[in-house]
Amino acid sequence: MSVRTSTHIALGLCLLLGLSACGEKAQTLGTKNDAKPHTGAAAAFTAQGWKAGDPISWEQQLRTRAQYGQNDHSRSP
Amino acid sequence: MARMKFICDAERCIECNGCVTACKNEHEIPWGVNRRRVVTLNDGVPGEKSISVACMHCSDAPCMAVCPVNCFYKTDEGVVLHDKDVCIGCGYCSYACPFGAPQFPSQGTFGVRGKMDKCTFCAGGPEANGSQAEFEKYGRNRLAEGKLPACAEMCSTKALLAGDGDVVADIFRNRVLKRNKGAEVWGWGTAYGSKQAGQQTAKAEGAKK
Repeated sequence: MSVRTSTHIALGLCLLLGLSACGEKAQTLGTKNDAKPHTGAAAAFTAQGWKAGDPISWEQQLRTRAQYGQNDHSRSP
Repeated sequence: MARMKFICDAERCIECNGCVTACKNEHEIPWGVNRRRVVTLNDGVPGEKSISVACMHCSDAPCMAVCPVNCFYKTDEGVVLHDKDVCIGCGYCSYACPFGAPQFPSQGTFGVRGKMDKCTFCAGGPEANGSQAEFEKYGRNRLAEGKLPACAEMCSTKALLAGDGDVVADIFRNRVLKRNKGAEVWGWGTAYGSKQAGQQTAKAEGAKK
């Protein structure tokens, strides 16, 4: 192997090593992992009548609450 | 589950500020910050109307579009929330919001303009549901407790409705049919681009022209 070839190989290796420093970690800000509300909150004030973890039961609970609490036409005779 | 929405029935709002008080009390919001407020239209003119305004959790939220650090996110229920750990308090969302919802508490990391605070539809934030950390940053997470927003549940005249868009729209439609007036829903066209609000969507208007 000539001196010239080995110099070329050494230069190539140096370039490769230099480029490897550019492999910076991604700094993207993605969507947060927020827990779904139907999973419930470990709070003492949780409303009764639905099962935490069951999305159907949670939806039904909110629907019932909206009708009972906000629809006065459905409550009046 | 449809999208969570607010409706304020201007025919019923009596400007009592019960919603504002309920919100401040529920989330222990500091002085100078109002996640919700009551606005009177044509104040002093006969026939004036009042409406309760907060973040409307828009379908295509402009605050999300302009945030330079992408701190906003939308839940599956259509609630627009943000991460205070990411917010830099730049105030762009405040300029973009058509409802003036973003608030900037003066005591905070950034001095005069702290991290943004706004209505969460009582859905807390990215911290664990019902945790102390969530309460301190965002207030109570009533949705995870099987409840609706405190402002609407406390409204004495039931002018402010909150919940599944289909359910609240149905309640409001029944009222309009019974009283035969007051079909205009302030802010719905802007927030949800709905024809139900008496305003046409941008697409429909474009087609007309």
